[in-house]
Amino acid sequence: MTTVETVKLKEKKREKYIVTTAKRLFKNKLAILGLIIVVLQIAMAVFAPMITSHDPIKQNLAASELPMFSPEHWLGTDNYGRDVWSRIVFGARISLVVGSIAVALGLVGGIVLGLLAGYYRKLDAIIMRFVDLLFSFPGILLAMLIIAVLGTSLVNVAIAISIWSIPTCARIVRGSVLSIKEKEYIMAMRSMGASDLRIMVRHILPNASAPIIVFATMRMATAILSTASLSYLGLGAQPPTPEWGAMISQGQAFMWSSPHLTIVPGIAIMLTVFAFNVLGDGLRDALDPNMDLQE
Amino acid sequence: MNTVTKWPSEREVLLELEGVKKYFPIRGGVLKRVQGNVKAVESVSLKLYKGESLGVVGESGCGKSTLGRTILGLEELTEGKISFNEEEIQDLKRKEKKKFVKEMQMIFQDPYASLNPRQRVGHALDEVFKMHTNMPAQERKDAVVDLLREVGLKAEHYDRYPHEFSGGQRQRIGIARAIALNPQFIICDEAVSALDVSVQAQVLKLLKNLQEKYNLSYLFISHDLGVVRYFCDRVLVMYLGNTVELADVSKIFSHPLHPYTRALLSAIPRPKMNTKRERIRLVGDMPNPANPPSGCVFHTRCPMAQDICKVEKPAFIEQEKDHFAACHFAGEEL
Repeated sequence: MTTVETVKLKEKKREKYIVTTAKRLFKNKLAILGLIIVVLQIAMAVFAPMITSHDPIKQNLAASELPMFSPEHWLGTDNYGRDVWSRIVFGARISLVVGSIAVALGLVGGIVLGLLAGYYRKLDAIIMRFVDLLFSFPGILLAMLIIAVLGTSLVNVAIAISIWSIPTCARIVRGSVLSIKEKEYIMAMRSMGASDLRIMVRHILPNASAPIIVFATMRMATAILSTASLSYLGLGAQPPTPEWGAMISQGQAFMWSSPHLTIVPGIAIMLTVFAFNVLGDGLRDALDPNMDLQE
Repeated sequence: MNTVTKWPSEREVLLELEGVKKYFPIRGGVLKRVQGNVKAVESVSLKLYKGESLGVVGESGCGKSTLGRTILGLEELTEGKISFNEEEIQDLKRKEKKKFVKEMQMIFQDPYASLNPRQRVGHALDEVFKMHTNMPAQERKDAVVDLLREVGLKAEHYDRYPHEFSGGQRQRIGIARAIALNPQFIICDEAVSALDVSVQAQVLKLLKNLQEKYNLSYLFISHDLGVVRYFCDRVLVMYLGNTVELADVSKIFSHPLHPYTRALLSAIPRPKMNTKRERIRLVGDMPNPANPPSGCVFHTRCPMAQDICKVEKPAFIEQEKDHFAACHFAGEEL
């Protein structure tokens, strides 16, 4: 056929969608910085026992409140003599795990509700009113309410944050579904006799993935921050768990004598939130469907 | 142009429409009550024979695409009967409908929009077999490769994404998807309108070849009279959801009976400079289909309109042998 030549010309451009997205992402310097911090953090969480020399929970009152850059404890120790570096590293584990669980649960709930609301007109009003109801509570207040019901623990923090993530996610997904379901390829699938479930899962969801990925990344930052906030308030991690928010709350009493007890975990939280946010921003630009067309 | 050999009396009826109506309700107010209807398709009755191509022409908004979608069940039928191979299909439940889905397929207008951009072409075709057959994976893959070859593509195109193809190639993929299950009937909804003229010719030729090979029937929806003249055996002219004229393609083009058809035909630009030809100009816009004119829907723009046209709706009747038209003054001089 005459079409062969045109295809050969395009051969060079053949690459996976994920590769083109990654290339665009790497043009954004801030996003690279965010990605590096996130990767380092994940590495820190995974290899925590190997990069720390002290038990994060074991007390050593003989070496309490050592300042930063002391021998053996480069980030100092807290009032019980626990190594701050070890606690920060193990805290990364908690933040990432709780954050991921919260975001994952929120995504599942949000995607299911969003798909149903966007696809079935009759369900739309009911589901979206429920979502509005969730929206009407301030985030932290809702989380506190849920924790008050379920009890204080990190698992409950994750559940609370995930419930609070559902409405935003549902709205984002619903919006995408509403626009995608009018596309001709969905009509084509219906004309082929495809079931609603197949259309939603195989055809609408993959095309709505870009905003969901961006949402998940950004929400990770919020989730980590909220975990820290709730722990700071004493509703999340309980002592002696090395959680960043809890560390700040415990270090508060020693703010004048040992400021590093609040500043170090504060910086850890700030860097993490910043990293996930700029990564999310970068992903949004890289996944922008309008840039897709320029290929 | 096409020569019709044994049409129509000896041919078997494949699809029959009886009084098919499609209204879209207009809802308004706080309670979302129905306040009126957009009458997209108004009482369409026709027969489609095995192996023929029936062209459907008309201005945009005349209901030709809606007609196609309604036949396939993509739009819910408001009223009327649709029979396929002498079985009524309008009230079938989803499961019972599955065997008719295999027989009736559609090719869409925009080849850039009718393929899922995140799905490899091979997988898109594979999915059709997955949904409707119990073939094992390897067999399905072979079938997909055969299909790709059938429509003039290659086996190595299996793993590509739609954006790696040209418009004409994508339309071939759309055609491959439509013929995958060996249907008897395909609705081409402006199937070549979005393509370059040279590519149009190739795709039309492919459609023709497939028709001969598989004895396919087409409902060919188009606004391009030139393409319809080349491709179709019979032509249905629609205006504001109503059927206006139906006849053999040669009859429609040589002596149209309905003034609307004449106006449409006179709007085709012709290459000869000095031929005398009267251009019938239609004044005004198409009326609102939510509030169509009384009597003959065309009377507001018709150059031949008389008093009767405002009152009485002309029936869609056989004016000459195999030549239907809905006009009180069908065939009369302007």
